[in-house]
Amino acid sequence: MNLVRAASASVHASADRAPALILARGLSKTYAGTGGAAEVAALKNLDFEVFDGEFVSVVGQSGCGKSTLLKVLAGLLPATAGSVELNGRPLRGPSSEAAIVFQSPVLLPWRTVIDNVLLPIEFRRLPRAGYRQSALDLLDMVGLRDFALRYPFELSGGMQQRAAIVRALIQDPRLLLMDEPFGALDAMTREQMNLELMRIWSQRRKTVIFITHSIAEAIFLSDRVIAMTARPGRIADVMAIDLPRPRELSVINTDRFGRYAAHLRSLLDAERGVF
Amino acid sequence: MTMQTGEVGRVEPFIAPREAAPGVFRRYPQLTISPAILVALIAAWWLASNVLGAPAYVLPAPEQVLHALVQGLTRAPWDKAGLWYHTGVTVWEALLGFAIGSALGALLGFALSHWPIFGKSSYPYIVGFQSLPKVALAPLMVVWFGFGLEGKVFITAIMTFFPVLVNTMAGYAAVEPERIELARSCNASEWHLLSKIIMPSCLPFLFAGLGVASVLAIIGAVVGEFVGASAGLGMLLMQYDQSLEIAPLFAVILLLGVIGFLMNYAVVVVERRSCFWAQRAHASMRA
Repeated sequence: MNLVRAASASVHASADRAPALILARGLSKTYAGTGGAAEVAALKNLDFEVFDGEFVSVVGQSGCGKSTLLKVLAGLLPATAGSVELNGRPLRGPSSEAAIVFQSPVLLPWRTVIDNVLLPIEFRRLPRAGYRQSALDLLDMVGLRDFALRYPFELSGGMQQRAAIVRALIQDPRLLLMDEPFGALDAMTREQMNLELMRIWSQRRKTVIFITHSIAEAIFLSDRVIAMTARPGRIADVMAIDLPRPRELSVINTDRFGRYAAHLRSLLDAERGVF
Repeated sequence: MTMQTGEVGRVEPFIAPREAAPGVFRRYPQLTISPAILVALIAAWWLASNVLGAPAYVLPAPEQVLHALVQGLTRAPWDKAGLWYHTGVTVWEALLGFAIGSALGALLGFALSHWPIFGKSSYPYIVGFQSLPKVALAPLMVVWFGFGLEGKVFITAIMTFFPVLVNTMAGYAAVEPERIELARSCNASEWHLLSKIIMPSCLPFLFAGLGVASVLAIIGAVVGEFVGASAGLGMLLMQYDQSLEIAPLFAVILLLGVIGFLMNYAVVVVERRSCFWAQRAHASMRA
């Protein structure tokens, strides 16, 4: 536990070091109650920063406001109070520097894989022709080059999610916002996708904010893990993960990994009360 | 993949029992069982009229109806004593009304869904108007538009309007929210959101509405002709009914059934082409 404390201390020290890509101060989100119901506080007074090139996971139980946090960071939901800065500028609405990967692939079934990948380009009114080659290169990177002209229903769940990741990367965003992207996949595919995401991340060095409710997934992937309490969502702890990269699945069996997991579990269980 | 299975086959002597090939009836029910039902129905009809002796003014024999049908269809398309002319009039009314009614239904459906203020404020009137029997408006059509084409087109348009409107609105409500968030996160314009996400997402629902509307279109045209017309299959029905020419009456009824079937089939064919992805997605979900 000393190790964990020391690690999170060094993280707070590093806050002074470099300018943060994301800087959240006093971030709160409250949903207005509908039909006389009381209003719901989803996020309460979050302070955190995410540095350029960093992989940060947010763990918490269902309903702790993780997805709300992601939507606020994506500019899809306005914050009720507090501020978010993206790259030094206050966040107002969706930014071209951020791209989202959802829990489900959200591929349009009437478009081929490559047309799905190029959809953000069309939305942003950029020339499709200029992005075709980089779309094919990205598809190649995730092993989907031969499926560029297929329709989503011809792909497995894991392949569809890889296409969705490529669709997020086509805009070459600095920030990748991932909302439990592998939550709908089976355990084996999920492990493979974790390795694949690590590989992509090491090649492209995006800043990633990764929402998950899997403690192991969060530790395995991240530089830092933000643990959130439920209702209203607050930050319980920010934990730096000091495990050497590149990581392999066997890292899960190390003592250090076990201590990180135990610490996170104690934070989340304390929230849940008994059990 | 193929290499792997080949190797397994070589090592393992066990050969899995083959699934029994489905019979021809299971594979092509429309080509085998459907005609059989038709033959059985005609046989029962023939028995009822020729053996059980139902009077011809109640149930004419199938051969009499066939005779009337052939007589009507062997006349020239412009001959008002033949069936082609009146078929053309009724189909034209139905197609015009269908086109106008379903186009308005789809457009208004999108608009009412996209601007919820309009949708919510007009919803009670839509429900009220929809629960009204549209046939009741037919006599009014004669007052407003006279005995010509316009009245029939109007009643057909009203009948086809509602199923398309309601289905379009249901389709809009069923669009996955993530698809909309995806567009918003890319700063998509309202028009891109509508044209690239929402409208295609609604297509399967829209076609469900068009399928219902295609059948209602013929009903609308015929009801319009019942009230007052100088041509059309509905007018012929009234005429044959009054003169107790029951065999030609049956011929017209048969013809209307065939026309309704063909209009619906046309919608299904277009749907299969433009919504191929919805059908395949369903097929892969079942597999």
